[in-house]
Amino acid sequence: MAITHDGPPAGTPVKASGSIWSNEKTRGWIAQGAIGGLAALLVGVMVWNAQDNLASQRIASGFGFLSQTAGFGINQTLVEYSETSTYARALLVGLLNTLAVAVVGIVFATIFGFLVGIGRLSKNWMVRQVCTAYVEVTRNLPLLFHVLFWYLAVLAAMPPARQSYSIFGEIYINNRGVYIPKLIFGEGSGVGLVALIVAIVGVAILKKWATARQMRTGQPFPVLWTSLALLIGLPFLALAAAGFPVTVEEPALKGFNFAGGARLLPEFAALTIALSIYTGGFIAEIVRAGIKAVSRGQSEAAASLGLKPGLATRLVIIPQALRVMVPPLTSQYLNLTKNSSLAAFIGYPELVQVFAGTTLNQTGQAIEIIAITMGCYLIISLVTSAFMNWYNRRVALVER
Amino acid sequence: MKQFLTALALGASAVFASGAAQAATLDQVKQKGFVQCGVSTGLPGFSNPDEKGEWTGLDVDLCRAVAAAIFDDPAKVRFTPLTAKDRFTALQSGEIDVLSRNSTWTSSRDATQGLNFTATNYYDGQGFLVRKELGVKSAMELNGASVCTQSGTTTELNVADFFRTNNLQYEVVAFQGQEETLKAYESGRCEVFTSDQSQLYALRLKLANKDDHIVLPELISKEPLATAVRQGDDQWFDVVKWVHYAMLNAEEAGVTSKNVQEMLNSPNPDIRRMLGVEGNFGEQLGLTKDWVARIVSKVGNYGEAFDRNVGAGSPLQIERGKNALWTKGGLQYGPPIR
Amino acid sequence: MTDATFIPADRPFVRAAMLAPEPPPAAVAGFSGWARANLFSGPFNTLLTLVCAAGAAYVAWVLVDFMALRAVWTGANREACVAPGTGACWPFITARFGQLLYGFYPADQHWRPAAVFFVAVALIAPLLIPSAPHKKLNALLFFVAFPIFAFVMLRGGLFGLRPVETRAWGGLLVTLVVATTGIVASLPLGVLLALGRRSKLPLIRFLSIAFIEFWRGVPLITVLFFATYMLPLFLPSGWTIDGLLRALVGVALFSAAYMAEVVRGGLQAIPKGQYEGAQALGLRYWPMMLLIVLPQALKLVIPGIVNTFIGLFKDTTLVAIVSIFDFLGIIRAGFADPNWATPVTVYTGFAFAGVVYFIFCYGMSRYSRFVEERLDTGHKR
Repeated sequence: MAITHDGPPAGTPVKASGSIWSNEKTRGWIAQGAIGGLAALLVGVMVWNAQDNLASQRIASGFGFLSQTAGFGINQTLVEYSETSTYARALLVGLLNTLAVAVVGIVFATIFGFLVGIGRLSKNWMVRQVCTAYVEVTRNLPLLFHVLFWYLAVLAAMPPARQSYSIFGEIYINNRGVYIPKLIFGEGSGVGLVALIVAIVGVAILKKWATARQMRTGQPFPVLWTSLALLIGLPFLALAAAGFPVTVEEPALKGFNFAGGARLLPEFAALTIALSIYTGGFIAEIVRAGIKAVSRGQSEAAASLGLKPGLATRLVIIPQALRVMVPPLTSQYLNLTKNSSLAAFIGYPELVQVFAGTTLNQTGQAIEIIAITMGCYLIISLVTSAFMNWYNRRVALVER
Repeated sequence: MKQFLTALALGASAVFASGAAQAATLDQVKQKGFVQCGVSTGLPGFSNPDEKGEWTGLDVDLCRAVAAAIFDDPAKVRFTPLTAKDRFTALQSGEIDVLSRNSTWTSSRDATQGLNFTATNYYDGQGFLVRKELGVKSAMELNGASVCTQSGTTTELNVADFFRTNNLQYEVVAFQGQEETLKAYESGRCEVFTSDQSQLYALRLKLANKDDHIVLPELISKEPLATAVRQGDDQWFDVVKWVHYAMLNAEEAGVTSKNVQEMLNSPNPDIRRMLGVEGNFGEQLGLTKDWVARIVSKVGNYGEAFDRNVGAGSPLQIERGKNALWTKGGLQYGPPIR
Repeated sequence: MTDATFIPADRPFVRAAMLAPEPPPAAVAGFSGWARANLFSGPFNTLLTLVCAAGAAYVAWVLVDFMALRAVWTGANREACVAPGTGACWPFITARFGQLLYGFYPADQHWRPAAVFFVAVALIAPLLIPSAPHKKLNALLFFVAFPIFAFVMLRGGLFGLRPVETRAWGGLLVTLVVATTGIVASLPLGVLLALGRRSKLPLIRFLSIAFIEFWRGVPLITVLFFATYMLPLFLPSGWTIDGLLRALVGVALFSAAYMAEVVRGGLQAIPKGQYEGAQALGLRYWPMMLLIVLPQALKLVIPGIVNTFIGLFKDTTLVAIVSIFDFLGIIRAGFADPNWATPVTVYTGFAFAGVVYFIFCYGMSRYSRFVEERLDTGHKR
């Protein structure tokens, strides 16, 4: 039908020149204007509704609550905190607890992931099967299942304080957590810290010198062992010279619980174990894919150059595999950090539990509190991705 | 994309909205034919579903009494189980008409949460539940203890205040839900479980060996558990408030579900006014003349409800104590109906 | 062969036919040879093999012993399972089986979710089998007609069906409702976002990127908090949304962001020639996308969609934070039941939940791998 017409068929957009619809740019601007306008309208309606609701329900608003006294206790605080501290302080405590779980979890997840991922490529059939089973089981169960399992099924089966498992009479494990002796640095232990800094600087210089020497003469230098000796020996010597101003505080049963020493909360332990095992399964798959992505020719070339298998893996395979692995690893690290919010289910006092849980209930200021909580996670995400992008650029192949 | 969100929300609300509004809750309730009542997710003695899904408890009976007063039928109630966290939101948003869920009456909740507390139907206080084998007799012996509590409640603040003012060391372990908290206590994570004392008696029934645990005598706070309604509707506020007072007045006058029919012929002017034989006090509230007779015959007076749900006639075996009538040394005092 | 048969007369000892190959030495042949090469090649490897085998055997034994050998199969209450040394307390599961499937859905109405479930299986199965016919009709039924059907059936209030409040829903029903709604709602939203992110219009691109990165940057728990506690404040006063629906909105927004990234991957894999070809035919943006690009791109990302679904299925467990009882949540609620308070209740619950989740997720991941391999053959370059 349309063929018989000269002009465009009725009902379709007019294509005559001069019409605004014929110009793609104009169309684009109109579309953008419409969508932008709708978005703005939506936000406006939401803000207006929120103001209306807050006013009619007489819910307080604004961020003034942050400077009010929190009044509740928190059982793991990395910075000074008491019941008389402010909500802002409680936020900081929660945030630091989130970061603590995330950092420890990332370290262990990476270790598990690398071991299992390499194990999945092992020539040993048994190791391969066990590693495959690990990956399939951990990845196909919900993370909350892991967390609750470790908290309710494993840690709850630990004995009460009076019947703690004891390791050499120094470390105690019971249903209140893990207690280890704590080193207390007395006056004069600053020398040890200074010595440690000196050692770190020394290691950096040593590494530079060793590389230069190897370039020049071909002689390798045992950097690892020398550095370890420096890092441990120098502070030790310094402290010895100062007459060991360090005392050990051992945990001891006092009343209902152990007192003294350093303590790992069972909630922290359960969350960290669950997060590292779960994320470890995902990292293992990334590691496996990364190593498989390095072409066989690379390891063969390394072998024909006379590199031992260990050296070949360390100097040839891993650096190339890392390149493939970094972007997906980043997202796993971010997932782990976000997943630490599952602490809310087991009562570990991190950001969501302390702030979006307790503080939200005490103040009732849902909008501000959830916005701050989401903001914290967004900032963590952005900073981590920025760092990993920087690292990615460093290891990325420099194309000609 | 946000449009989609609103569209979704708008479309869905059209389906789901249960028609809340700022005023005339009583008319709306009459129109829809039932009272929507917010209760706990399960607290024996106060609001708890039995095996058949029927709700029972002291808080539940208040809602049933409101329904009896309006419809002459205590079954015209729908119950919405709510956690500590979403109870006030549910009331603010109009999802429920009455919140009868062991909620403590505090000034800040009254002032900032968009609700009004009507009357205290149970005077409570925070207490401690411990294992017998610890040999603890008083809360002052709890130095160094781990305390399990529900996060985001006044309980969590009270326990911090108590230990701090008495210079006792403690560790607080806070969980989102009451059940998880109890479970953690049972598994040995804490020596002490703290909550309102009435709840301790109720939750003790949920423990595997309830006789291994005792409730310590101290009360460390005032917890007047009150019913709440949305702010801005004085008529509805009055109805819910006076339903409770009617139950108190009935007990005080000795009117029970058994003898309410005979009492209609009582010569006592107080009873005659209360039961609607004289005057039109019920109509003034927007109800009917015989509103108290309806409540008492269908639900019973306050004393009957207390006994049946939490007192001597229940597994909880809680003493009347502060919840006795003012004439018997307690705090329950119903203003006169006249 | 002809070369081999040519034998010079002066070389009488040259063999005229090939010798049959000798069997490999016993050391490399058969099982023992395989074991020597793969399990015991050197002391370190032998040690690894033994440690792994011992560990695997121990875990397998613990599981079988607990879940079958020492398990209790019948009983009415905790008395059946309190004896020391008992394994899994299966009556704890069987006694509340209805609850695990449907939550507090009224018992006389259980046929309704069951019917929805069977219709869902009947629609999904042919959709997932690549050779089944009528894909378009099937997809239309599943993505458009089925949600309406499921909604009416489950919620009731129409056609004489008794209304059932969503608060009564629970168990596996809620897990599947949340996961399915998440996917069905997030797919179109995700496609739009992915197109927006690749759009040439700066404002649209910016809005899409902001939306995607925002939801991907925050944990699902905070999204659920947002949907439950904040969303009601953004609606006109007096409006209420059902608690489950609030969670669904949160889950849909959250998974849409992830879905957008999956779809974007598919869009990027379509060669530029396809776009140029479509444009050369005079197709405008939407016809080009709908007729040429998206059908190819979506087919490519089926494994990604299934993986997102697995993630979502696992993540539904988090709705328990806003007091919706999903499958894991309802099992957890059972732990607090004094009638079943035994030392093994918690382990029984975890064993059962673990098996169910594993079967669902493992099944889906196998399927996604099967599709991946199938697609792979067609697109090898």
